[in-house]
Order: sequence, then C-alpha cells, then structure tokens
Amino acid sequence: MKSLARLSQRTWWMIGGAFVVLAALLPLLNISIPGVLPGATYTPGTLQLLALSLLFACLALSYHLLFGTAGMLSFGHALYFALGAYGLGIVLKQTDLTLIPALGLTLAIVIVAAYLLGSLSLRVTGISFAMVTLAFAQAGNVLVRRNPGLTGGEEGLRLDTTHIPDFLVGVVNTRNLYWISLALLVIVFVVVAWFEHSRAGHAVTATRENELRVRVLGLRPFGVKLMAFVIASVLASLVGMLHLLLQSGTTPRATSADFTLTILVIVVLGGVGSRWGAIVGGIIYTLLDQRLTALAASDAIAGLPAILRIPLSEPLFILGTLFILVVLFLPGGIAGAVRRLGTGAQVTPLARKQLEEAE
Amino acid sequence: MSTIVLLLITGLGLGALYFLVASGLSLIYGLMGVLNFAHGSFLTLGAFAGWELARRLGGESWVTLIASLLLGMVVGAIVAAATEFLLIRRLYNRHIEQVLVTVGLALATVALFDGIWGTDPIYVTAPPWLSQTTEILGARVPNDRFLLIAAAVLVLLAIVAFLRFTRFGLVIRAGVENRSMVTALGIDVRKAFTVVFAIGGAAAGLGGVLASHYFGYVSPQLGGSLLIFAFIVTVIGGLGSLAGAAIASVAVAVLQQFANYFLGGTGDLMVVLLLAVVLLVRPTGILGKKA
Repeated sequence: MKSLARLSQRTWWMIGGAFVVLAALLPLLNISIPGVLPGATYTPGTLQLLALSLLFACLALSYHLLFGTAGMLSFGHALYFALGAYGLGIVLKQTDLTLIPALGLTLAIVIVAAYLLGSLSLRVTGISFAMVTLAFAQAGNVLVRRNPGLTGGEEGLRLDTTHIPDFLVGVVNTRNLYWISLALLVIVFVVVAWFEHSRAGHAVTATRENELRVRVLGLRPFGVKLMAFVIASVLASLVGMLHLLLQSGTTPRATSADFTLTILVIVVLGGVGSRWGAIVGGIIYTLLDQRLTALAASDAIAGLPAILRIPLSEPLFILGTLFILVVLFLPGGIAGAVRRLGTGAQVTPLARKQLEEAE
Repeated sequence: MSTIVLLLITGLGLGALYFLVASGLSLIYGLMGVLNFAHGSFLTLGAFAGWELARRLGGESWVTLIASLLLGMVVGAIVAAATEFLLIRRLYNRHIEQVLVTVGLALATVALFDGIWGTDPIYVTAPPWLSQTTEILGARVPNDRFLLIAAAVLVLLAIVAFLRFTRFGLVIRAGVENRSMVTALGIDVRKAFTVVFAIGGAAAGLGGVLASHYFGYVSPQLGGSLLIFAFIVTVIGGLGSLAGAAIASVAVAVLQQFANYFLGGTGDLMVVLLLAVVLLVRPTGILGKKA
C-alpha cells in the first residue's frame, strides 16, 4: 500500500478539492448519519451545525497561522473574532449601510485595531506575549459587558436584518449561509497556504525557529510577525462576521478567554503545524461538542449514578479530559496520528523533516 | 479623606487576594517556566472545600472559619502537588505542552465544578464580626479586609522564611537562579517542583476560602476571574519574583479601586492600560531579571 506520507502535494490538493465538491453538494442530498448529525443533510438544523463546524475550521486555520506557522502563542485571538461579529452587528444597527459597505467598514476597523494592538503586543515574546494578548482580550470583554446600550451587554447583540439581503435571512436560507461558510473556508485555506509559501511566510517560520539567526541574516522579524498577526486577525474577524449572520446575533462569550482557549484546544487536537489538522479539528470539535451536549440531556445519562452522571453531563469536562490525553499521549494531534498510521509508525524522511520543523 | 482610606484598605484587601494567587504562579513560573492555567481551579476547589466544611459545622463560629481556611490550604496543596506529579512531570521541559495541559485541566475542572455544585453563586456564612465595620480615620471599613491583609502578610512571611531558612528553600532559590547548575550539582530539583506546586496550591486554596468571604459567595467561575488579574500582576511584578508579585498586587488592586470610584468604573481597563505601559517601558516587569 502506498503510504499516506508519500502522496504528492498535488494529490492532497485534489483530495481536498473532492471534499469541497462533496461538501458543496450536501444541502442537495438526503444523507443521514445517526449519532453524528441531528438529521438529514438537507434540513436547516443540520446545515446550521455543518456551517458552524466549517466556521470553526476557518477560525482554527487562522489560529494555525498565528500559533503553528509563526509560533506566537496568543491568548487573545477571540478578540478579533468578536471585533468582526460585534463590529458588523453594531454597524448594521447604528448606520443605514447595506451589508457589503458595512462589511468593508468593519474590516477597516479590524485592520487598524489589529495593526495597533499587534505592534504593541509584539514588543514582547513568549509567555509575556500570551499575557499581553490575554489582557487586551480581557479589556475587550469588559468593554462589551459594560456598554449594554451599544453591545447588548450580557444579553448579547441581536442581528438587525433590515439592511441584509433576503437570501441570507431566515431558516429556509440556511443553506446559502452554509455555502458561504464553505467558500470562506476555501478562501481562508488558500490565503493561509499562500502566506506560508510566500517569502514573508518563510521568514516568519524561520523566526519561530531562531529569531536571533534571522536578525543576523539581516532580516527584520518584527514586520513579518506583525503581518502574520494582522492576516490571522482579519481572517478571524471574517469568521466572526459570518458567525453573526449564521447565528443571527452574538454573545459576550465570543470575547471571553474561554473562547480563545477553545480555538487553541481545536488546533492542538487537530495537530499543531498542520492545515488539514486544523480543519479536521474544527469540524470534529464542533460536532463532538454538539453531540455531547445532546448526550448530556439524554435519558441514558439521567439514569446513571451521580458519580458517572455528573462528569458525563458536562461536555467541556469530556473535551478537556480528551485534550489533556491528546497532549500527553498523542503529540501532533490527529494529523500526527494519521501521519504515523500512514507510515506504519516508522519515521520517514519527510515526517522527520516535519518533526524537526515542529520542534 | 474617609473615602480615600476606605478605597486604600479595600484595595489592600483585594491586593492580598491577588497576591495569594500570584505568589504561587510566580514561584512556579520562576522555577519551572510553567504558566499554570489550572491555578484558578485550585483556588475554586479550596473555596468549595471551605464552604462544604462550614455548611456542616455551622458557619458562624470562628473555629469553623479557621478550620475551613486550613482545609482550603490542605486541599489546594494536595491537588496542586498531584497535578504536578501526574501531569506536569511527564512533560518535563516542554513548556508549551505544560501550559496546554494546565489549560485542559482548567477547562475540565471548571466544567466538573459546574456539574457538582451548579453554576449559580452559593452564598457563604461567616462569623458576624467579619460583616461588621471598624472606623478608621472616619472611614467605615468592613472587617473582612483586615482578615485578608493579615492572611496575605502571614503567607508572604511564611514563604520568605521557607525560602530563606530551609534546605528546600535554598534549592528552590538556586533553581530559580540557574536550574541546570543545581541539577549538575547532583540535587534532584524535581522534588522542589512538587514542593513549589504544593506551596502555590496551598496559597491559592487559602485565597479561595478568603475570596468566598470577600465576595460573599462561591461559584465555579471564582478562580478564573481572579486568575486573569493574577496573571497581570505576575507580569507587572516580573515573572518569578515574589517581591515583585507583592508590590504589583497592591499597586494593581489599589489602582483598580481608585479608578472604579473616581473614573466611573474603569478599574479593569486601567489595569490593562498599566500592563501595557509597564511592558512598553520595562518588558521584564518591575523586578524581573531577564527577558
């Protein structure tokens, strides 16, 4: 059998393309996967869940660019997701702009904010960088909660649909949003892949490995790091905007540190440093989260004795435990495990190179 | 004048709470390079343990309060030591993975506490003296502030004495300074890791019980909300510096109180601003040694 690791780059792109075509056809098909999806694939409920899982895959990809490629452990990535969601929601509510100009205005705000906050936080590296980004995100969280007039406070912000085209509103049109989510995933994937293969991408990867050496070679790491930071933030904000449209609103949870941790968990589950891993992680995490929540409310759990019932009725407990086990026993996450399976547990030259890159 | 005194003492009380969390964080980071996200869970667990004890013994007596404080410390210390022994130790010197494990632990334990005790705040009972006030320079200061300050000062003195006068303390101080040298001298520095985690956990557990009296309730979110400020305190004070953590705790909490009162509830934002300024001017923090 030809091992997975030896498939060429082009084959991987073709497999990916086939998956995209299949995913695009799902709303037209009647496929039921009991236990994984809540209903047949053409029903709005299932499409909503699938679109959500695609959005989480996009978000994980944007975080992959930050953490996997550039090696910047940020605890404030949720801030830019929330900036997209709340920004668009507020612009649509407070102004008479239609959707496209509103998107553009929000995007401009996000770019400026990401540039300013990024250049501030990138003055420090490592754990201090993580703390600064966490602190900025926390400030965002406080601002959202303290200004109920603008953001809806704890209640969250409802989407104002007066200036939104009809084909994006209502349960019947969930599949349009699903297709847009799929398109966004493709766009985010291409942007991330393009950045990783660009000169700036190579420079930023080199900086992750050895910043001093990059400096000695005469390059300035700050610029490329800031570029990666801004691109990742803009991608996250796009996901936030679509999330607002899909969920018809947003809540302060989107600004919380827990939300960033969720993205981090997804990326690590999928496999740090792997684009496919981030996508698979995002989809699996969303489906798992939804199914575990459904399981928690089911009769089978309610009948168990307290010592089993309490842990099993908390999806986050199961996901958190799973996460710890993956970090301890499955380095490289899902992507790493697949790679090892494909090579029959032997380290191929390619895998060794990737491992060395990941170190 | 009386307002300023009240804000100052309340700030000191809150700072005491921050210090109880930040001291452990800072020691652990200084020695092992681990940023412990599960520290908030140690605190929450200590608070719940104290509450469970107080519920059974009747919360109004002083004996119960002292017993619950001790129980909080013991629970925090045991859980922290177990965390180090079972999870952190396996990932020796892989700092990112160690942070990730504590992140997973924090998510899982908060969910578990939600399942066991529910998400709503549970109100605690305390000896009546704590809810009364004492007049100082015209300000009516709630008495629980004094308890907090006294506890934090005791903890600070105890940790300093431990670090200065015991053999383990010597190993830990040397380890913070240069870990590979300590190992090269044939000392098993890993024992010190467990001890440091236990000390940090004990301080956090004690802080949990005190926090439940300061805020008047326990909830699964208690640890997480304090943890973020403790992180900020640790960075401002300088990662790994105990004295820095003490100074920064008081500075952050007093600033927060004053900004909340005089600048219309902007305390949290001012703290973040202070962090940004400190990082711009002095990226290693007030007493941090190197980048």
